[in-house]
Amino acid sequence: MSTTACPGCVAQTDRVAQIDRGLSGEIRAYHFSLPTLHCAGCIATVERGMAAMPGVRDARVNLTLKRLTLNAPDRVEVEAQVLDQLARLGYPADALDAGTLGRATGDATGRALLLRLGISGFAAMNVMLLSVAVWSGAEGATRDFLHWVSALIALPAALYCAQPFFSNAWAALKVGRMVMDTPISVAILLALGVSLYETTQSGAHAYFDAALSLTFFLLLGRVLDHHSRAAARSAAAELAALEVSKVERVTDDGIQVVAAPELRTGDRVLVRAGERMPADGTLREGATEIDRSFLTGETIPLPATAGTAVHAGEINLTGLIEIEVTAAGEDTQLHLIAEMVRAAEAAKNSYVSLADKAARVYAPVVHLVALIAGGAWFAATGDLRLSVNVATATLIITCPCALGLAVPSVMVSASGALFRRGVLLKDGTALERAARIDTVVLDKTGTLTTGKPQLVGEVDERALAVAGAMGAGSAHPLAQALASAAAGLPKVPLTGLREISGYGLEAKQDGVRVRLGRAAWIGAAETNETATWLKVGDGDPVPFYFADTPRPGLQTMVDRLKSNGLDLILLSGDSKGPVRRLADQYGIAQARSGMTPQEKQDHVNELVAEGRHVLMIGDGMNDTAALAAASVSISPASGMDVTRNAADILLMREELNAVPEILHIAQSARLRMFENFGLAASYNAVAIPIAVAGFATPLAAALAMSASSICVSLNALRVRLAGTQ
Amino acid sequence: MNVLLLLIPISLILGGAGLVAFVFALRHGQFDDPEGNAARILEDREPE
Repeated sequence: MSTTACPGCVAQTDRVAQIDRGLSGEIRAYHFSLPTLHCAGCIATVERGMAAMPGVRDARVNLTLKRLTLNAPDRVEVEAQVLDQLARLGYPADALDAGTLGRATGDATGRALLLRLGISGFAAMNVMLLSVAVWSGAEGATRDFLHWVSALIALPAALYCAQPFFSNAWAALKVGRMVMDTPISVAILLALGVSLYETTQSGAHAYFDAALSLTFFLLLGRVLDHHSRAAARSAAAELAALEVSKVERVTDDGIQVVAAPELRTGDRVLVRAGERMPADGTLREGATEIDRSFLTGETIPLPATAGTAVHAGEINLTGLIEIEVTAAGEDTQLHLIAEMVRAAEAAKNSYVSLADKAARVYAPVVHLVALIAGGAWFAATGDLRLSVNVATATLIITCPCALGLAVPSVMVSASGALFRRGVLLKDGTALERAARIDTVVLDKTGTLTTGKPQLVGEVDERALAVAGAMGAGSAHPLAQALASAAAGLPKVPLTGLREISGYGLEAKQDGVRVRLGRAAWIGAAETNETATWLKVGDGDPVPFYFADTPRPGLQTMVDRLKSNGLDLILLSGDSKGPVRRLADQYGIAQARSGMTPQEKQDHVNELVAEGRHVLMIGDGMNDTAALAAASVSISPASGMDVTRNAADILLMREELNAVPEILHIAQSARLRMFENFGLAASYNAVAIPIAVAGFATPLAAALAMSASSICVSLNALRVRLAGTQ
Repeated sequence: MNVLLLLIPISLILGGAGLVAFVFALRHGQFDDPEGNAARILEDREPE
């Protein structure tokens, strides 16, 4: 029975619930990515703007992830309405697929690490307090009592909190390898064991506080490490969530909207002007022009009519077409190339990170030193208890605290500095590799340029006014470029404007037929340049030439890279004219045009074989193999998913001036890592003799451990200064 | 010596209270958006 007493209230509630459902349907969560969010004002503007929308509830901005989450009725138009509202508020946004995102957002590992950090911090502080009493001279029964209380806190806390180290060390031990976690685990377990034994024997020295603070500092390093990786991972998950696209499938019952992965061979799909082909197929109905620049780097659109083969990823420029799917999902050419790239990457020699290199040297040395110290003391005194104590003290005092923090603390500083510049570090070792670059290989279309054409050269104003007026009615990129170029010119009255898909535009001006479009259709000679032609009545065809718009910051990037003494090489799949023009304009000495994906990859391989450290920057399918072959690779986030997968570093913004800054921060980060290793090593050089000589007390261990960890962390923060120059 | 029997439990209870508060905050997602929380305190209007 319901606990609500009044039947009227029950009825009322039900009715409200019914109306609510009737109006809105099922409520579900929507996620949006807002890359330009940056301050308290942004949060307030967005959340208030969302609250003003009917049906939208619980809008909440996450500034760290630059994401908006809200609950709204599950309806097709909601997403578009929210995006419109966000655009009005001044925030460009993308809708994220909840399903794809959901799998990646539950950061359980991060929370578990934080919990362990909290518990070890609590336990370390309490045990440290008790230890202070022992160090200041507690004796006899009091000391034993304090040790026993410490043991009660330390044993369960350390055994629980240090589990990540134990499991890593165990996993490595099973395959016969030494990792940084091996000496850590041995030190913690040995410290606990020896201290417990000493406590039962009323001994003077117990290392419970050392075992716990070791755990605490190392967990701090782990948490920082996880944090910087998680930021990259969640952004990568966002990019994946952007990918899932809906397609319109033509069936006997009409048009169904389905997700692209659901397509099967033989399906017929509608592709509207401006959309990407969702699968490989054959054009069945309609005529259009296709932009293949993502696959080949060519900037000139290709005409397509019934029977033309199209490939996933190509953009349909002008007309509504219907294609019959010949290969979908994992069978598309796009996916096959991606698989080849993955295979090439797996075969590539894996880079050994600085931290791993350090661990390989460090782990055996520490164990050996502790063993020798214990053995020597046993030989000299015959006292097993004393020699085990010395060995334990040696292991603890050479604690890899500073070493464990050396790399993660620098990585956090560096990836934070990069993230603020819109740069996403996908692979932690990429920074170390980027610090040694001497050659930069560049792609043109989509990388140095935005892929959007711009009118170039001298044109007749009267012709431009006509062409602009015609172009305003079309979504074709060349027509759009003409319309924006003619924006300041007087309006030309046109009648009967229509688009002839795959050919161009036709209209009447004062009763005279005007055509704007492909050379063959107009009756002009074909050229190698990106061009379109205008013909008024029976007059001569007027050409308009186009070039790609360079990305902002291109000149700055080229100048700064050259002044750093790096060799720049432009490799493009585009034709000679546009490539030469761009290279000359921006002062890139080496440029090659008409490169196939294979030639690009071979060229990069040759450079690597010469012993060069190559940075490849590219965005297209045709660059992917070359990206995988290079020492480090950068890709604009606007590229295709296969390219983003192959690249180590992603540029989230359009500007290119981030590239020299990445290299600068990378060099600074590498330097700080070396300094940190140096700090840790010099600290050990002082501490080891003291420990081996048997002078190390728990107090000395505690002081040394904290001091070295703090030094290393502070040094890592200097990477941020490098970024602000 | 006897005072220790009183002081040690007190320090443990106080520390434990801090730990419980930390675990509560962690469970309720208060560490999910550190940058946003830092910015939100600058907002002077009451949330609607």
